[in-house]
Amino acid sequence: MTLRNISELLKAENLNAGCDLDIDIKHVKASDLMSDVLAFAESGALLVTGLTNNHVIRTCEIAGICAVVIVRNKTPTSETIQLSREKNIPIILTKMTMFEACGILYENGLRGIPAKTMPV
Amino acid sequence: MSLQIIYEEEFRIEGGNFLKAGEASCRIRTILKEIGIDNAIVRRVGIAAYESEMNVVMYAHLGRIRLRVTKEKVFLGIDDEGQGIPDISLAMQPGYSTATDEMREMGFGAGMGLPNIKKNADIFSITSTVGQGTSIEITVKLDGNGRN
Repeated sequence: MTLRNISELLKAENLNAGCDLDIDIKHVKASDLMSDVLAFAESGALLVTGLTNNHVIRTCEIAGICAVVIVRNKTPTSETIQLSREKNIPIILTKMTMFEACGILYENGLRGIPAKTMPV
Repeated sequence: MSLQIIYEEEFRIEGGNFLKAGEASCRIRTILKEIGIDNAIVRRVGIAAYESEMNVVMYAHLGRIRLRVTKEKVFLGIDDEGQGIPDISLAMQPGYSTATDEMREMGFGAGMGLPNIKKNADIFSITSTVGQGTSIEITVKLDGNGRN
């Protein structure tokens, strides 16, 4: 599914005009814990989060995540917006809660990343 | 043949500077990609570097990351001057954390950092002295494919 489709389904606002909305999203990771994202996310995934600081983008860059949905009508910090433009990682904003957003994406065929356990 | 250094650089990390935190790791990631290192390896080194960098920012006054790339491996050495870790085996347990609310608001401090660093390393070692600081060494071999 493309980010454009996802944006329509979530009635989302695109924060970075000119960014590529036709990128293909294969998996979704929903979390406010960036370490969790680093531990379990896969390259090419979409991140759904309620966090708005610049570590969202840094985490995406390191983990190879290609786009971010920020839920609950939150506005990212100016540093976050600036960094997302520099790193070419689109952010879309939705008024939906994380639960609603994930439910809609699941209903429309997107799936999460298979659960892995952390070796001790 | 084996010890020839392809690239070497040292990055300084400021404790408490959450805005700049992660810059060094993203730089390391870019360097490794430019050298032509396999994407899966770049990802593993990047995650280990970023978690280590965040630990320095969260728990230490200052620190440094030493990056060394040879034909066989990528080595990261992270040293900090900070509070140190009283019980390393406890700190290695997934979910154990001493993070403050501020750190958790940033999305960190879930007790996944050290286990995640270890998971992405082929060779991992950690030593710490309370009141002085912590030192971590990470080696990711280039002969195997990315494991993640």
